Amino acid sequence: MPEEGMEETKGVEEETKGEEERPKWNNKAEYLLTCIGFAVGLGNVWRFPYLCQIYGGGAFLIPYLIALVFQGLPLLYLELAIGQRLRMGSVGVWNSISPYLGGLGVASMMVSFCVSLFYNTIVAWVLWYLFNSFQEPLPWSQCPLNHNNTGYVEECVESTPVNYFWYRQTLNITPNMDTSGSLQWWMVVSLGTAWAIVYICFIRGIETIGKAVYVTATFPYLVLTIFLVRALTLPGASEGLIYLFTPDWEILKNPQVWLDAATQIFFSLSVAFGGLISFSSYNSLKNDCERDAVVVGVINSATSIYASIPIFAILGFKAHTNYVTCLNGNILALTNEFEISDMNITVENYDQWFDSLNGTHPARVSDLNLKTCDLQTFLDQSASGTGLAFIVFTEAVISMPGSQVWAVLFFVMLFSLGLSSMFGNLEGVLTPLHDLKLVPKWMPNELFTAIICLVSFLLALIFCLGSGNYWLEIFNSYVGSVPLLIIAFFEIIAVAYVYGIGRFSDDLEFMTGRRPNIFWKACWLVISPLMLVVVLVAYVAIQAQKHPTYPAWNPDYVNFPDTEVLPYPDWVFAICVLLSSVPVLSIPLVAIYRLICCMSGRHSKDNLHNDPNPYANEGYVVER
Amino acid sequence: MLVRILVLLYLAGAPALAQTLCQPNASNGYMVRISIKTALGNQAYEWNENEMFLFRATMAFAMRRYYETKTYNVDNIIVCDQTPRVSFWFVVTSPDNAAMLTPKADVEKAVSMSRNRINNAFLLTDRTLEFLGIDPTLVEPVNPNTPPWLIVFGVVIGAVCAGIIVMLVSSLLQKRRKEKGIVEDGQDEEDRQMKGVENGNILDGSYNRGFTDDDRFTKL
Repeated sequence: MPEEGMEETKGVEEETKGEEERPKWNNKAEYLLTCIGFAVGLGNVWRFPYLCQIYGGGAFLIPYLIALVFQGLPLLYLELAIGQRLRMGSVGVWNSISPYLGGLGVASMMVSFCVSLFYNTIVAWVLWYLFNSFQEPLPWSQCPLNHNNTGYVEECVESTPVNYFWYRQTLNITPNMDTSGSLQWWMVVSLGTAWAIVYICFIRGIETIGKAVYVTATFPYLVLTIFLVRALTLPGASEGLIYLFTPDWEILKNPQVWLDAATQIFFSLSVAFGGLISFSSYNSLKNDCERDAVVVGVINSATSIYASIPIFAILGFKAHTNYVTCLNGNILALTNEFEISDMNITVENYDQWFDSLNGTHPARVSDLNLKTCDLQTFLDQSASGTGLAFIVFTEAVISMPGSQVWAVLFFVMLFSLGLSSMFGNLEGVLTPLHDLKLVPKWMPNELFTAIICLVSFLLALIFCLGSGNYWLEIFNSYVGSVPLLIIAFFEIIAVAYVYGIGRFSDDLEFMTGRRPNIFWKACWLVISPLMLVVVLVAYVAIQAQKHPTYPAWNPDYVNFPDTEVLPYPDWVFAICVLLSSVPVLSIPLVAIYRLICCMSGRHSKDNLHNDPNPYANEGYVVER
Repeated sequence: MLVRILVLLYLAGAPALAQTLCQPNASNGYMVRISIKTALGNQAYEWNENEMFLFRATMAFAMRRYYETKTYNVDNIIVCDQTPRVSFWFVVTSPDNAAMLTPKADVEKAVSMSRNRINNAFLLTDRTLEFLGIDPTLVEPVNPNTPPWLIVFGVVIGAVCAGIIVMLVSSLLQKRRKEKGIVEDGQDEEDRQMKGVENGNILDGSYNRGFTDDDRFTKL
């Protein structure tokens, strides 16, 4: 085929020019596993089950799958195709399409960088818990003694050992954001380990990443299956599952559900980071990216659904355990007060005993201040995010026989999920930097990667301060949300309207052998941009309505152990706004910059001919 | 005669006296609560007079162990107000004077000292054999010199650093080999063209085979 021949001579010309050949995936499996690993991350395990639970179980799957088909898959297909065709990272790709849109690549790069900072900190927390799982008994199962060994530490007694281990012994959290606290050395050590592991996987680019994903992308499925089998044999598992999957069809009338489904699928697929564009740019041109996109999207959603089963079985077990403990406390109080024979009152006949005792001696019974034990209340205690992993799940693991094994398995799974997502995040930073030619020629890739990892580690030390967790939540909410929506919207507009859907269809026909059908075209032209705009506007509107607050862990709070809800200080709020807007600002800024350059100089056109973009002479002359 | 009357009175009155010494909420007494079924489940034993006797004997042993000089006997431990819960009050009388009670503090110290022995006599634990008012001493958690997590961390970071060094060194060696290979390759190009290997390059000029040194290939 003539184009292939041209490719080869151009390739040779590149070599003689001294440029490096673009790295290639060893085989298709590595590429697919890397993309799947990037898409499947911590959110699939600790965000989706929570959403399923609060939004009426099985009914939530409907808006979720609709969002996947009409918003997620088109975006995914678009990114993989554009990267594969133009064979460059996000900066190079958008520069090629239109120099005015070069800011998109810069925005993606900045967002990827900020996200990788806090995401690897979460991986560091997972590593810390993993290191601590190799002891008997588990450190979060009991309270430590206080200074003079007279009793347990007060903060631990008032809350729970699990909470104490997370807030005090892991984070050593300060009571509010104004107090920064000091660097927690054990956190710095864990963070260093996390970045060292990321570095060793990146050391030879996709060669080493491709090997690493064989483990990091597949291991979570193995662990989820093991947990599934184990969890289904635990008491209370069925209650948890019924609670999760009972559909509440009324909930579909609430627009918040649709919004959350759309945002969940969007953030879950990890589009707009630039990482997927980079990964697919290492493919050969003749690769069926349509099939890849559908495979990655479907597997991502299937993983979310599959992960929610063992998670909820275990949460059901935990609720059941808490319920039985609550009842046993009441039973003991009644037994001691009325001097009834030991074990006469059991969990089964508690209600009858209670009614009879309350009937005969109501005053004495009410003096006991018995707790109301309701299984439904315990099931309702849902959590998402770090709360699910580090508080709720660790508490459940203590009650399971052989807790160390389950803790180790769980945290290794979280580590694999986080690491494979980190590959995509960091790739979205490294490849654009290479494309921007910011790497000096003399510097080997290994050194450049090491410098980026070192800089990221030093910047991420913010999250190792006492107030680090508060900052991480800010980064999570403000960097990893609105900017991505805006970038994705401009991506679709850029490809569908600036690049042209006709040209894009030609490219797809060249790569996959068939033109995209009416469904894809309709999505790219109308449906997906519309959905993105609606989601963006709704999201911003809802965020703007409530005054931003954060939950602070303050042992001196009146209602401790409840978290104290504090408003963000003004300077912090300014930083939040900056975090949301600075990545996005690069889009108009670069456009304006290019406009000024174009208007000021005619000679810029001559430059184009003197220094041809090897891919520009296939009929895609960049209009200036 | 008088002596007999006095002896009779004493024998009749002693249990009564003992009963007045032991009362619920006595100032020098302790309440004990036993939960056998909770502790032992299916292998629970019946609480009866014999077990009570064992309790009194164990308490006497604890008092003896604490004081080391005074010889307490089973009679010095007086029990009352037993309930089906299995809970009861007990007081400890002094071996020298049956009417005097051993102070509460001393009883507490004696129980704390021998708590483990008392628990084991009944196959119970601190939680299932409760002395209300005497808190069990908290078990101090094992505090190893090196925290275990540091050991795991050391292993992991050592492996990762070793891996990084190995990869960097092997990359360096590969690059050096490539450079050496390119220098040698320059001499091999002529040979390749003589063999007629096409590499798709269109070179300037045409190669005249007449002037090649092809001795190497015509050896017979």
